[in-house]
Amino acid sequence: MNTSNIELPAWLEVVVIPILNIIMALFFAGLIMLAIGVNPFEAVRIMLNGAFGYQEGLGYTLYYTTNFIFTGLAVAVAFHASLFNIGGEGQAYIGGLGVGLVFLALDSVLPALLLIPIGIAAAAIFGAAWAFIPGWLQAYRGSHVVITTIMFNFIASALMVYLLVNVLIKPGQMSPESRYFEESSWLPQMHDAFAWFGLSITKTPLNLSFVLALICCVLVWIYIWRTRWGYELRTAGFSESAAVYAGIKPRRVVVSAMCISGALAGMVAVNEIMGVHHRLIMNFPAGYGFTGIAVALMGRNHPVGVIMASLLFGVLYQGGAELAFEIPKITREMVVAVQGLIILFSGALALMLRPWVVRLYLMVRPVREVSA
Amino acid sequence: MVNEPISTAETSVPAVASTTSDSRYAIELKKISKRFGAVRANQDIDLAVSKGTIHGIVGENGAGKSTLMSILYGFYQADSGDVYINGRKTLIKNSRDAIAAGIGMVHQHFMLVDPFTVLENVMLGAEEHALISRSATDARRELLRLSDTYQLTVELDQPVGELQVGEQQRTEILKALYRKADILILDEPTGVLTPQEADQLFEVLKSLKHQGVTVILITHKLREIMDITDTVSVLRQGQMVAHRNTSDTSMQELAELMVGRALTETNHQRSTPLPTDAETRIKTNNLGVVDEHGKTRLTEINLEVKSGEILGIAGVAGNGQSKLLEVLAGISSPTTGEFMMNGHEVTRDKPMGPLKMRQLRVHHVPEDRLKLGLVKAFTAAESSVLGYLYKEKFTWRGLLQLHNIKKMCARLMEGFDVRPGNPKLKSASFSGGNQQKLILARELDKSPEVLLVGQPTRGVDIGAIEMIHQKIVDMRDGGCAVLLVSVELDEIMALSDRIVVMYEGRIVAEVNGRDADKTMLGLMMANAHTGAAA
Amino acid sequence: MLDTLSTVYATIDATFRVSTPLILCAMAGLFSERSGIVDISLEGKMLAAAFAAGSVAAVTGSAWAGLGVAILTSIALALVHGFACITHRGNQVVSGLAINILASGLTVVLGIAWFKTGGQTPSLENSARFMPIELPLAGALSDVPIIGQFYSDVVSGHSVLVYVALLSVLVTWWVVYQTRFGLRLRAVGENPLAVDTAGLSVSRLRFAAVAICGGLCGIAGAYLSISQNASFVREMTAGQGYIALAALIFGKWRPLPAMLACLMFGFLDAVAIRLQGVPMPYIGEVPVQLIQALPYVLTVVLLAGFIGRAIAPRAVGVPFVKER
Repeated sequence: MNTSNIELPAWLEVVVIPILNIIMALFFAGLIMLAIGVNPFEAVRIMLNGAFGYQEGLGYTLYYTTNFIFTGLAVAVAFHASLFNIGGEGQAYIGGLGVGLVFLALDSVLPALLLIPIGIAAAAIFGAAWAFIPGWLQAYRGSHVVITTIMFNFIASALMVYLLVNVLIKPGQMSPESRYFEESSWLPQMHDAFAWFGLSITKTPLNLSFVLALICCVLVWIYIWRTRWGYELRTAGFSESAAVYAGIKPRRVVVSAMCISGALAGMVAVNEIMGVHHRLIMNFPAGYGFTGIAVALMGRNHPVGVIMASLLFGVLYQGGAELAFEIPKITREMVVAVQGLIILFSGALALMLRPWVVRLYLMVRPVREVSA
Repeated sequence: MVNEPISTAETSVPAVASTTSDSRYAIELKKISKRFGAVRANQDIDLAVSKGTIHGIVGENGAGKSTLMSILYGFYQADSGDVYINGRKTLIKNSRDAIAAGIGMVHQHFMLVDPFTVLENVMLGAEEHALISRSATDARRELLRLSDTYQLTVELDQPVGELQVGEQQRTEILKALYRKADILILDEPTGVLTPQEADQLFEVLKSLKHQGVTVILITHKLREIMDITDTVSVLRQGQMVAHRNTSDTSMQELAELMVGRALTETNHQRSTPLPTDAETRIKTNNLGVVDEHGKTRLTEINLEVKSGEILGIAGVAGNGQSKLLEVLAGISSPTTGEFMMNGHEVTRDKPMGPLKMRQLRVHHVPEDRLKLGLVKAFTAAESSVLGYLYKEKFTWRGLLQLHNIKKMCARLMEGFDVRPGNPKLKSASFSGGNQQKLILARELDKSPEVLLVGQPTRGVDIGAIEMIHQKIVDMRDGGCAVLLVSVELDEIMALSDRIVVMYEGRIVAEVNGRDADKTMLGLMMANAHTGAAA
Repeated sequence: MLDTLSTVYATIDATFRVSTPLILCAMAGLFSERSGIVDISLEGKMLAAAFAAGSVAAVTGSAWAGLGVAILTSIALALVHGFACITHRGNQVVSGLAINILASGLTVVLGIAWFKTGGQTPSLENSARFMPIELPLAGALSDVPIIGQFYSDVVSGHSVLVYVALLSVLVTWWVVYQTRFGLRLRAVGENPLAVDTAGLSVSRLRFAAVAICGGLCGIAGAYLSISQNASFVREMTAGQGYIALAALIFGKWRPLPAMLACLMFGFLDAVAIRLQGVPMPYIGEVPVQLIQALPYVLTVVLLAGFIGRAIAPRAVGVPFVKER
């Protein structure tokens, strides 16, 4: 029976099937734990406790969540234009370059109130520029963004190593990183922000960029579903021929979608460089760009879904760190493996369970016969 | 000729009793039925083709010819009914089964691997040895023999992608013969051929027949049927409506059988002659299009549409009508010649896009509603502004005015009786007729001065057809210039004040809508008419 | 003069060693992509295989056992890719990415759980590795100037897997262009519908191609951990799977040009190490990162059609749907 053209109600399609997919992924993750002699249920308890059980844990969870929201949104925006941006990693890295250049040049000149917006803009512009090239190459030269963005990740990495080792390195220092920015220019941490209102919370890396991430979610939602440009983006993404019929130029959509996607990925640098490290360091994107793909897939490319999926990955990252601390047999890389499983089941095998769900659904509710 | 079982009845009559079979027949179909969702593509099809004959199957687009052939070649399984090959009941689940049963098929779109040579294409899947070189030696010997026997000359070591279509087709035939096919099915084989190439093909088919091969020719070109077939069957709306000995029938009869009776006899032509001062809204001057593959799609198109008239463009699908519509709507540009659209000149160097066209009140109901007319994943409200977001009512400083959009969509749905009348539903979940009404509503609502309409009632339920026609006529009566493209002759005849017939990218005839006669138009569409003014 | 020659020979020698995993992976990718299945998971399969080889060789003390399990591991991952892309028509890029990430995480998790040495497998005795083998007469000929020295310094003295890699190119070429399987493989990547109407099974062909791809990645991974090195180290593939993919594209999906691209990229790598900190005449010191980025830059330039055109197999990346 061919079930692919049988329509299911929305709640099955966007809630039940995705959850079943995650359950499949977690089931296999559980098998891995059993294989290395760890009780999966115990592991889940430790992870949840580590992620939510106390203020510091929660702070770390949300700090990770921030990065995933940025990269998840980046992938989601591109997906709406049916583009697959695998280059979030490199775009985030180059976004960091933008932040670094701005802060290294201006941190002693401008007040934080001016510098921070400029820094955010620089992260976005640099990230966008790094995504513009693959976008342009696809639109006008016919090379596919999947391959070019992969290549651009490596090129970004080489470029950054070169700059950090030879140009931006703090003189007289061995490790390849820039000098610290002036402390007055740092993006306020969440505990500082709470202190403005007389509230006291534990000091964690969580900073105001979390708020920025939520704002980006709202903006992306508005952009995609409430503006003319988002409408054009979705039209071109769903059907190039319909876009042409409507007078939309698909090539321009490709380029602009990639730029917006890159700008969002670049925002990772706001969290990492402006908010946490306060200096330019190597490899700060640390796989967040790739995780963004999983986040977007799980979140069905919708900002609300992206927030939920980001939170799940935030829990996995923070809980995973806790787990590695509590159970020596387990390392943080367990999280990476789980992430792989989630991408496999929520992405590549997303439709594996659908025929079964359709069959069950049809048993409960037979198709209404349509008269010819 | 041995053709006693071929019925001469008008309606579906079994060609043979359905429990016995006869080994005189190369192919016998008994009560083959196939549904796609709600659509009955084939309904109780019976067919018997004697060995060593050429049998034609004719029918309009969508009559179910392709489905029937796909069942024979194992692309689809029939829902019910049996297939007998050479008197033996045969189950064809996939291409392999079809090949094993001795069936070879030349598809409308060739199934060739372009970078491969002719030899490699023929061998593929039928290689005798694990090494290409050994298989190739054998295959070459066999192919030389085959091409000798049947006058099928093809350069064996040429990549097929670089061959003429005629040679590609011969490669397909060689593929079938190399697999020892004794039943050869050709699906619209001359659609892509020049007349000379078509003649060559018929020579080949005749020589195949003389060697005992059974040939089934699927076509809509009646002249070919008359020229080459021994027997012919007519499909209409999924049913076999007649079987004939070719020598006992005529093109006129076949054309009538193919098209069937008109659903309505209503005619919508203008009752008064067009005023002499009616403004010319569309005028083309030697318009021509050569596509990116270098293929000529339109040649020297000269036509004129005035305010207050409907110009119908008749023709078998694929004869350039779609391209013409595309060019006039601004989706692609002409390569030669020019046209005036509502007072503005368009040429290759001075193109005008679809947005500009709309602003000039040139509106377009596209032929392919699912690919162009709407976005399936969009809500009805979103689809109802496709192409119109430049209007301030719908976007204000870039922000969609959803309230206005929904209100407008609801109004359109009410005015055109779109059901269910819910703007929030996904466009894909409406029936074809309701999708079409929504698109028409969207375009007609802008009070067009020029209306370009393609296949307005394709896949639309009978009830909606009359309403859609009435809306188009109302536009015309309001002074709009309407250009109507349709492959439905009934529709063209019911609506058009003037009719031009297109064939192979050219206008081959023009007639007055009131004088049009279905048989005559049918012949013109097959370019088989004589004497009609071109 | 002699010194220069030795340096040249040493660089060529290093090029072969560095290029070996690239060549094996490029041939692997060639089978997969020629059949129409995009494979960005060369990296992940190679990493998993490297871990499997390192682990099994450490436990059993047998290099051959390591190689065997490496191949099986990699094939298993390849079949997962096939299951997702061929059986369930999943997105081929997403599936490949999932395998890469899964391998990256799982190798470390299992490594630490089993060997407790920070994700590394135990160092191998030479007997549990594929060691350089001296070809006949290499010692005797080493004194013959230039040619003899070339034979003993460059041609001889590699591990058996280096020769396997070079051989794999010839075999790939032979299989793809000379055999019936190769003909069908190339056809299914260009026009699967033509293959289907010719009475062949598209999925069977593609599964076969994907499995071969897995096998070759397995050899590449084993080379990394039990031949070039004496243990598995976390993330030891370090993007080489992607370089191999770039080389495959650079070689326009053909075996010999892809091998040459691998050798070129390997040569760049070998030179980069030598050039580090050495000022060049006229241009000064060449940043090593520039040379490292060159394979990617060149591939992007090629893909953009600025130097020739890389035309992928036509059906690559498109799931085969028979019913329309």
